[in-house]
Order: sequence, then C-alpha cells, then structure tokens
Amino acid sequence: MEEADRNMKDIQEMLARQVVEMKPSGIRRFFDLVSEMKDAISLGVGEPDFDTPWHIRDEGIYSLEKGRTFYTSNAGLKELRQEIAAYMRRTQGISYHWSDEILVTVGGSEAIDLMLRAMINPGIGEEVLIPQPSYVSYEPCAMLAGAVPVIIDLKNENQFRLTAQELEAAITPKSKILVLPFPNNPTGAVMEREDLEAIAEVILRHDLYVLSDEIYSALNYTGSPHVSIASLPGMQERTVVVNGFSKAYAMTGWRMGWACGPAPILKQMTKIHQFAIMCAPTTSQYAGVEALRNGDEDVETMRQSYDQRRRFVLHALEEMGLPCFEPLGAFYIFPCIKGFGMSSEEFAERLLEEERVAIVPGNAFGDSGEGFLRISYAYSITSLREALSRLERFVKRHRH
Amino acid sequence: MTVLEEKILSVIEKNSRIDAAELAVVLGTEEIEVHNAMQHMEEEGIICGYHTMIDWEKTGIEKVTALIEVRVTPQRGKGFDDIAERIYKYPEVNAVYLISGGYDLLVTLEGKSLREVSSFVSSKLSTLDTVISTATHFILRKYKDHGTIMTRPYEDQREIVSP
Repeated sequence: MEEADRNMKDIQEMLARQVVEMKPSGIRRFFDLVSEMKDAISLGVGEPDFDTPWHIRDEGIYSLEKGRTFYTSNAGLKELRQEIAAYMRRTQGISYHWSDEILVTVGGSEAIDLMLRAMINPGIGEEVLIPQPSYVSYEPCAMLAGAVPVIIDLKNENQFRLTAQELEAAITPKSKILVLPFPNNPTGAVMEREDLEAIAEVILRHDLYVLSDEIYSALNYTGSPHVSIASLPGMQERTVVVNGFSKAYAMTGWRMGWACGPAPILKQMTKIHQFAIMCAPTTSQYAGVEALRNGDEDVETMRQSYDQRRRFVLHALEEMGLPCFEPLGAFYIFPCIKGFGMSSEEFAERLLEEERVAIVPGNAFGDSGEGFLRISYAYSITSLREALSRLERFVKRHRH
Repeated sequence: MTVLEEKILSVIEKNSRIDAAELAVVLGTEEIEVHNAMQHMEEEGIICGYHTMIDWEKTGIEKVTALIEVRVTPQRGKGFDDIAERIYKYPEVNAVYLISGGYDLLVTLEGKSLREVSSFVSSKLSTLDTVISTATHFILRKYKDHGTIMTRPYEDQREIVSP
C-alpha cells in the first residue's frame, strides 16, 4: 500500500506541471452534477439535436461499402477541399486556393489548437487576446502553445460584441493574435459588418493576426448573411478562419472541421496536423463532400427551426421577467440573473436541485459570464416548454 | 400565398396543435396576423383539416389498412372525376389518388378486419360499371407515415461532453 502511494506520488511529480495546473472545464463539473440526477431535463447541451441528414450519412456508408478505408492526403481529400473553397466563396465571398490555403481538421477545435501552435513562439510572453464569455478551449490552447492569454471582458450593454475601444485597451506591444469567437457560444452574440469594420481598423493598425472561429456561421438570425472578418479589405492575409460541419450540418460525431487562411500559416498548421493526426477520418470526409454539395437546404431547414425556438425561448424569458438581449446567432440565449442575489453557479445548482432543470452557469465561459446563464435551445419546443415552465416557477419563487 | 402563410404551413404540417399565439411567437409576428392568415387558408381550402397521427397497432384496437389499385374506363367528358367521386364518397375510404403508370386510381381503405375490406372490394368497388379490375394490398406494418417514424420513439442520444 505504502509503495503504491509512493508510486502515485512519483507519477504526479513526473507529469507536466502546466497540464496538471490547468483547471478542468467548468461545464464538465456542472454536467457531472447533472448526470447524478436521472430525472433532470437539460438545456445544457451544446450540440444540435438533429440527426445528420440521411443523404450525408448514406454517403459515409457508401464510402465504406466501396472500401474507402485508407488514410487520405494529410490536408484532406482534394474534392473536399475544393468543396470547402466553393462553400467559402458562395457563403462568404472569400476565395481560397484549395491546395495550399485549406486544411481539413478533426473538428474546428483541432484547427484552433493548430493555428495557435503554428503562430506562437512559446515562453517569450507573446499574447493571445481572448474575448470572454466564449468557448472554453481558447485559453488552455493558448497556454499549451506557450502564449500568455489576455482576456477581454465583453459586456452585456454591448450585447457581448467586441468593440474597438475594448480591443484597443487590451493591446500591448506583445499582442499577437486576436481570437474572434462569433457567432458566439455561450452568448449568441454576432458581429455584424459595422462591428467588424470598427475592430479591423485596430487590428490592422497594430498588425495583429486573427483566429476567427466561425463554427456557428450558418446559424445566423440577423436577416442578412454571416459576414466573415476575412472578407474585409486587408484582413484575409492576416486571418485564419475556422469553420466546420458540426453545427451547420448536425455532424458533431463525425469530427470534421476546417481552417482557411494564408498559405504560409496553413503550411505550418498542416505540418503539426500530419505529425499529430495524419488526416481527418476518411469516412467523414466523404460524407463532408456530400454535405457541402447537396446540404444547403438541410442547413436552411435547421436554421429556421432554431430561429423558431430562439423566438420561443426569448419570449418565455421576457414573460417571466428575466432580462436578456436578443441573441442573433448560434443556438444559445444568455439571460441575466443578477437580480436574484445568487451567483451563476448557485442559481444553476439550486435550479437543478429544486426543479430538475440543467442550465450551464455563465461563469463557466469566463469571469465576465458571472451573473448569467447559458440556455441552449438545441431542443424540441416540447422540451423547451417544459424546462422553461420549471424555470419560471423557480424564478417566481426566488425573486426578491 | 404570402411568406407568412408558407411559414405557418411548414410549422403546422408537423404540429397542428400549436395555437395562434405560439405560432406568432415562433414566427416573429403578431397573433392577429397569424389568425387572419389561418382563416384565409381555411376558407381557401388550403388547410383542409387538423388530424392526429395514431399508431393503432399500439392500442390493441383491430384496424386493417389496404391499398387498392383500381383500373377504370375513363368516361367521355368527365375523365376520372366521376368515378373518383363515386369511390371517395364511401366513408371507409381514406384516400383516392389519380396515379400515372400501370393503373388509374389508388384507393386507401380502413376497415376493422380483412373480411370487411374484402367485402367492400368485392361488393362495392369491383361492381362499379367503370371499374375494370382491382388489386388489393394489405398493409402489414407502418414504419413511417406522414413523415413520422412510428417504430421508435425519439430518444436524445447526445452524451455528456465538454468543453
């Protein structure tokens, strides 16, 4: 027994300190609580509730039947990269050359990691600017790449958009990369053309590079198409756009994303990708070709369905008096619960205990998410109705 | 057909129980607009009814559904309309479609038993003057109907994952 303890201790000392000290994801901790309650209904999941459209699944199956079970080229199937180029052109009006400006990755998350590792010189204090609340991976990925993460706290009164002033205030001579997470998880905020133009001026003036995570670009409810920062003058040459299949095509489990950007950056990203990953799953790549070729209509159907749920939830929150700005992207709503004298975590935990509804506390996505909740509306209207009526009961009981 | 009407149809085709107030919320419009559009579409016969999908198999109540292919002689000046009307007036007939291809009318029929359905076919349908022949197919199991999969209930298969 003693020897076992000593071994454990030895192993602990052998582990990378940086990784051991990294705090686990805040969402994880909350979901561990949820999983103990079998009867809880959740508005917590951050992935589409739709099945992947059948014609896309069918192509995956067909590729297996044909024996397409080998690696693809490291950067991904030629026809897939060509389809990605076509997609970027038709949806965002940006031209990328398929052979050296596009890389197929294992989900958008791999692309985030690769871009940071390809750009950062570790240990010399290079700074990555990360607006929060946002997806929880940017900060740890920046740290693992050897950068210093610099958090920009976004504000409710700006509808959680990044302003030129906020960006300007965070910039130092060490600033190198700006992460631009819009449409945003967890707030549902979007950056429209004017917002992007305002920050592009600052980015150009300070010679920053941009990691634009546009994984939710297809889920946009502004009434006009999503605008990528890479489409603004002077920005394509300093921006890596990350996108993927998970959210738009309901293909989370296929693990497929992509990165588009300047060839010199993509070349280095591809190098890391080939050593660490080899290539994205072959079956998924064949399915991805079908998705991009014939899936626009599916995306639009799902988008309209999310839009309906978005209005439904927003209306219900207004009715119960939970203040909330109108989110125009992704599938999240971010109501403010500051009037209840509880922290986000306390609110979420008591809501779970008393009403059996699981909603992720906003501070899981950064300190500036404190006082908010992230409601995912990737659920049927029936589930949403039930969960929201429980939330309303809770709100009525606890309002001072 | 207005954009709003089209949107209303796409929602209520799947969920006819949704009321005007909720439709207005999810479509981002006013309740009165929805109300007027629905009324208009009902008057125009665009919305013909609000039905319920029932899987009778699970109720234990005996029901038999048959698809009947019917070949008929079209009548001068009337085409198939008169004979179709003769057939659809029977209350046990669920649907009558004019079909291209090897036969003319497809009739779906619901009865309590095989005997009841066959007696309808032999005594009522085949005896009509213009009917040349019929072929009756009994439905053994409904897997999917009206876009709804009937064999398995929806189950949320998403696992707990982070980030």
